[in-house]
Amino acid sequence: MTASAMPQAAGPMIDIDQVSKWYGDFQVLTNCTTNVAKGDVVVVCGPSGSGKSTLIKCVNALEPFQKGQITVDGTKIADKKTNLPKLRSRVGMVFQHFELFPHLSITDNLTLAQRKVLGRGREEAQQKGMALLKRVGLEAHAHKFPGQLSGGQQQRVAIARALAMNPVVMLFDEPTSALDPEMVGEVLDVMVELAREGMTMMVVTHEMGFARKVANRVIFMDRGEIVEDARKEEFFGSPRSERAQTFLSKILSH
Amino acid sequence: MLANFDFSVILNSWRYLFLDGMTFTLTLTALAAVGGVILGTLIAMMRLSGLPVLPQVAKAYVNFMRSLPLVLVIFWFYFLVPYIGQWLTGAERPIQVGAFTSSLVTFTLFEAAYFSEIMRAGIQSIPKGQTAAASALGLTYWQTMGNVILPQAFRNMLPVLLTQTIVLFQDTSLVYVLSITDFLGAASKVAQRDGRLVEMYLFAALVYFLICLLASMLVRRLQRRIAIIR
Amino acid sequence: MNYNWNWGIFFDMSPEGTGTYADMLLSGLVWTIVTALCAWVIAFAIGSVVGVMRTLPSRAAQAFGNGYVELFRNIPLLVQMFLWFFVLPEVLPRAWGDWLKQLPNAPFYTAVVCLGFFTASRVAEQVRAGIQALPRGQRMAGTALGLTTAQTYRYVLLPNAYRIILPPLTSEFLNNLKNTSVALTIGLLELTARARSMQEFSFQVFEAFTAATVLYIIINLVVVTAAGFLERRVAIPGAR
Repeated sequence: MTASAMPQAAGPMIDIDQVSKWYGDFQVLTNCTTNVAKGDVVVVCGPSGSGKSTLIKCVNALEPFQKGQITVDGTKIADKKTNLPKLRSRVGMVFQHFELFPHLSITDNLTLAQRKVLGRGREEAQQKGMALLKRVGLEAHAHKFPGQLSGGQQQRVAIARALAMNPVVMLFDEPTSALDPEMVGEVLDVMVELAREGMTMMVVTHEMGFARKVANRVIFMDRGEIVEDARKEEFFGSPRSERAQTFLSKILSH
Repeated sequence: MLANFDFSVILNSWRYLFLDGMTFTLTLTALAAVGGVILGTLIAMMRLSGLPVLPQVAKAYVNFMRSLPLVLVIFWFYFLVPYIGQWLTGAERPIQVGAFTSSLVTFTLFEAAYFSEIMRAGIQSIPKGQTAAASALGLTYWQTMGNVILPQAFRNMLPVLLTQTIVLFQDTSLVYVLSITDFLGAASKVAQRDGRLVEMYLFAALVYFLICLLASMLVRRLQRRIAIIR
Repeated sequence: MNYNWNWGIFFDMSPEGTGTYADMLLSGLVWTIVTALCAWVIAFAIGSVVGVMRTLPSRAAQAFGNGYVELFRNIPLLVQMFLWFFVLPEVLPRAWGDWLKQLPNAPFYTAVVCLGFFTASRVAEQVRAGIQALPRGQRMAGTALGLTTAQTYRYVLLPNAYRIILPPLTSEFLNNLKNTSVALTIGLLELTARARSMQEFSFQVFEAFTAATVLYIIINLVVVTAAGFLERRVAIPGAR
């Protein structure tokens, strides 16, 4: 069954409902509630340690949570009966440190999960991979290994790798914060293009320029709580909370 | 199965097993560990000395010892030590040495190769600035080593040195091939005499296991404490 | 030094009547190599499984893996050899024990199994360390793509971990090779045993041990060279 043939739920693409998470006695997420509608681009920002990376990793169950529920495209992820590998194959994820597989060529990085998870043939997987590689402007590097590419190039490959699975939603976990400044632009360009094509995206980032350009909503988190969840115009115009104001003034003064 | 076991054989022989056997094993382990660490440290210093020839000699010695099985080395020294004694003392005939001396020489020389690799890593882990600072204060090479570098290297490597000593403790059981009465040798002799192989070997395994497990747990605790202090 | 050197001894017939002393040593060398290789197959298989278990989220798997390693690391190899050879046939049901005892080449099979299980604990330790040395994100990336835990290990974690631990695995292989000599105590006619019997028959102690020493050094060099070759073959382009 391909992703498009899956039953479409009427609700939002991602629904996060009263999620709380603890590491031992330490609470990292407190009653987080929000959602991402189909076609929306939602930017999550906040100071380091605010729980934003943890929250986004809860969405595809990379991190377990103890209370609440997250529903992705109609599938409850905290449900024991949920086939998590299958769910994850429909949720693309891009990591801070790229996490390409260093022992595989770029082509193999792009085709591994297509073949092993989706069961596509080698031919089909390679065509799909090459098409996406072309789209991120790296078709000339198909035979190389991750260690032979720059950070920006690796991150573009990582985006293509996630897209190769035909995801219904893309998660970005600080995709540009491990990059040298001159490489941030090339990765953001790919993400902006993706947003304009209508991809549903949840993006943890400090790049407020990106947020201004393509986001529908901005979520501000601090100390494990969602402090502000507003339309972009409202957020940049007049954030209600003092914490968000302080954060914005620090970020924007750079 | 277990019903056929006769554990009285252990009760009847424990004095022999522990007072003769284990005493030999522990004495050999302790002396060979001390000798091995001292010799190993000297070899490591040779290897890092930057002088001509010495580093190559040290490296050749270590690689040579590390490519041989301990059993073969035990045989080598069992036959060689009398000749070395003759050569050292200028006697007319090879000097007969006891099993203990022969084993001690073997284990000291053999384990020194392994200890030297540990000490080499330990010395190399000390920042170069420490040597520079000591030299700037006017300390000689030996003063620098003895007062600044080696104490730090030794402390950092203590858990690894102790782990290697546990290996040494286990290795001493191989003196069995010379029919020496170490702990295993004693157990084996009782086993053969009374026809109680199952009981004696299981008991020997249990004793070794408990000692090594306890020792390695203590080493791990020490390791954590050192990690905290740093 | 009043020792009568006689380097021609290698070409004398051994009293066993199956060839020269040189032939005797070479047959010992073959047994050493065959035993080491067979034991390594077991050690690598069990060691990989146990090493992986120690990195799984399941507490039970971790406990089993840790228990295995503690058990086989804390008993001297020689004692383990005796347990497999003398004790195991006695504690098994009688029919099995009798079958074991009349097995031809029992010392060989015992040595292979004993060394295999023993070395597996050391391989497991390396495999665990190798997997834990990988960035945590690698496992997450595999998982996020929808790979199952088994697939993540098979296609992502293990290929990288094995590459990292190739040098320590080489020294474990060499240890395994040297440890075959411990099996002389249960009657395996490997290289050290053969050197020892040559010494007993001919009284040419130092020639016999020198020959064995040279052979061990040669195998070591061959293994180290082969491992270096393997390391270059599997090296990843662009890896630091």
